[in-house]
Amino acid sequence: MNSPRLSVALAAVFVVLVLAVVPWAIEASGRYDLYYTLTSVALLSIASAGVWLTFYIGRINIGQGAFALAGGYISTILVVRAGLSFWLSLPIAGLVCAGLSVLVGFPILRLRGVYFAMVSLVLTEVARLAALALPITNGAKGISSIPLPGPISLFGLTLVPDFASVSNPRVPFYFLSVVLMILCFAAMYRLVHSRIGRLCQSLQQNEELASSIGVNISLLRVIAYAISSFLGGLSGAIFAGISQSIYPSSFTVADSINFMLNCFLGGLGYVFGPIVGTFVLYFGWDLLFQTGQFQLLIFSGVLIALMLVLPNGLLSLNPFARKSA
Amino acid sequence: MSAADALLQVKGLSKRFGGVLAVNGVDFNVGESEILSVIGPNGAGKSTLFKLIASFVHPSSGEVRFRGERISGLAPHIVARKGVVRTFQETTIFRNMSVRDTVIIAHHLRSTASLGGYYFGSAAARADEKQFGRSADEILGFLGLAAERDKLASSLPHGLLRALGIGIGLAANPAILLLDEPFAGMNHDETKKAVDMVRRVRDRGVTILLVEHDMPAVMKISDRIVVLNFGQKIAEGTPFDIQRNDKVIEAYLGSDDPTIGL
Repeated sequence: MNSPRLSVALAAVFVVLVLAVVPWAIEASGRYDLYYTLTSVALLSIASAGVWLTFYIGRINIGQGAFALAGGYISTILVVRAGLSFWLSLPIAGLVCAGLSVLVGFPILRLRGVYFAMVSLVLTEVARLAALALPITNGAKGISSIPLPGPISLFGLTLVPDFASVSNPRVPFYFLSVVLMILCFAAMYRLVHSRIGRLCQSLQQNEELASSIGVNISLLRVIAYAISSFLGGLSGAIFAGISQSIYPSSFTVADSINFMLNCFLGGLGYVFGPIVGTFVLYFGWDLLFQTGQFQLLIFSGVLIALMLVLPNGLLSLNPFARKSA
Repeated sequence: MSAADALLQVKGLSKRFGGVLAVNGVDFNVGESEILSVIGPNGAGKSTLFKLIASFVHPSSGEVRFRGERISGLAPHIVARKGVVRTFQETTIFRNMSVRDTVIIAHHLRSTASLGGYYFGSAAARADEKQFGRSADEILGFLGLAAERDKLASSLPHGLLRALGIGIGLAANPAILLLDEPFAGMNHDETKKAVDMVRRVRDRGVTILLVEHDMPAVMKISDRIVVLNFGQKIAEGTPFDIQRNDKVIEAYLGSDDPTIGL
């Protein structure tokens, strides 16, 4: 057990690191490509946080790609076809994904273990095929040249500049993603350490018993799944914004599996596991690029070894980490 | 026990699984503050009856009424909220939670705050939290689990797990507690202690309905006994009556069959 003061200090260090130290280091070293990589890590970790929450209620979720894809398309269609502001399309994409997940979730969340995992895996494929078939998504050609996000101003005061007017639009995207990541994980931390977190744990450990002590298990499952899908949709929407395009293959089964692996690798018992897992997995893959055709072999070998040696994830090594399961 | 002052009424309750009538037209009443046991040979339908009363399974026909109100067909958590709370056998626990956390979370039924209130730490949520902590400590003391409060539930020995199961039930503030084989797999001394504990729970004002195999314990603890065989009620009465009931003896030991000379 560590003191709350230490937790606050660690959180503050992390915030300063990602909002000040990292941008400064990038500017100093001239490695501007890192903005895009780190933005990706931040966005992927937001989607993984959603998956982590479904793990926390005892469901193996391999379907986050479906909601990321849906979120990307919803935001894009709103911006391109309806001329809505990108900023407004973000929460709408998240909320529509949450709504979709409630519809899908009520029947499928009754399944447990490998059965839920299989159905969620299929969801990703359903989303891809839907994107191919629906008229509004423009089929395999997808939607490209999405305009960059416009400015946000309040009472004539510009809070966020027009992304198109910035010399490198990846910089504001980096700040947007990192700020959202911080907010998302702060919210998750609060969730897990409130009574709801313990209710989720009771669900994960024994649904029958949870329901006998009066926990409305079907409601709680759907709420957790909706939050998860909201985060998936949000991250997919920003991805579409940053790459200014969306295709049916933007998020595939492989991405869904990666979201799950990020959670495993970071540790299912730790709220901040998905950040660590996403970071390590993303950079680990890139670092192995030099090994050429052995990249996948070494990568998967290391993953298997890590899961054998550290079944509770990388954060189980960290003396500061607060276990929440 | 007349129907008018019964706490729980089971009326013509039947449950069909495919071609099998697991429970077949069972009627009985449970009075306030009594200990009623349901016994019967294996496969008599005791477990199904138990699940029907706790509303984990819905009846094919008939109904269960609690304080005159029909509870069959409601979701288990609603039935629990009304005061009909079941316990499980000891394997059904929150394995990775501490004993105290388990009992605290089991107070969920009593909570006054909303989910949003929990999230933002509203005054009601904080008051709940405080009150549940106190109540959990009281229950743990009552069940003799105070020394175990910070241990993981999965690390407790069987006897104490059984007590924890009852603690989980008590936290829900039940009017009637359904106990699923509370004495199974216990030796003589453990059973004696457990019988004593169940009596003390009843003395707190909680009505007890239990399903059990252990005959000596059932005879010792019950005010009344209901005997099931092949899904039907074959006898009901005090332990004294049941021990002398021919039908019960027949169900348990088999009857003389003159055609083959047995």
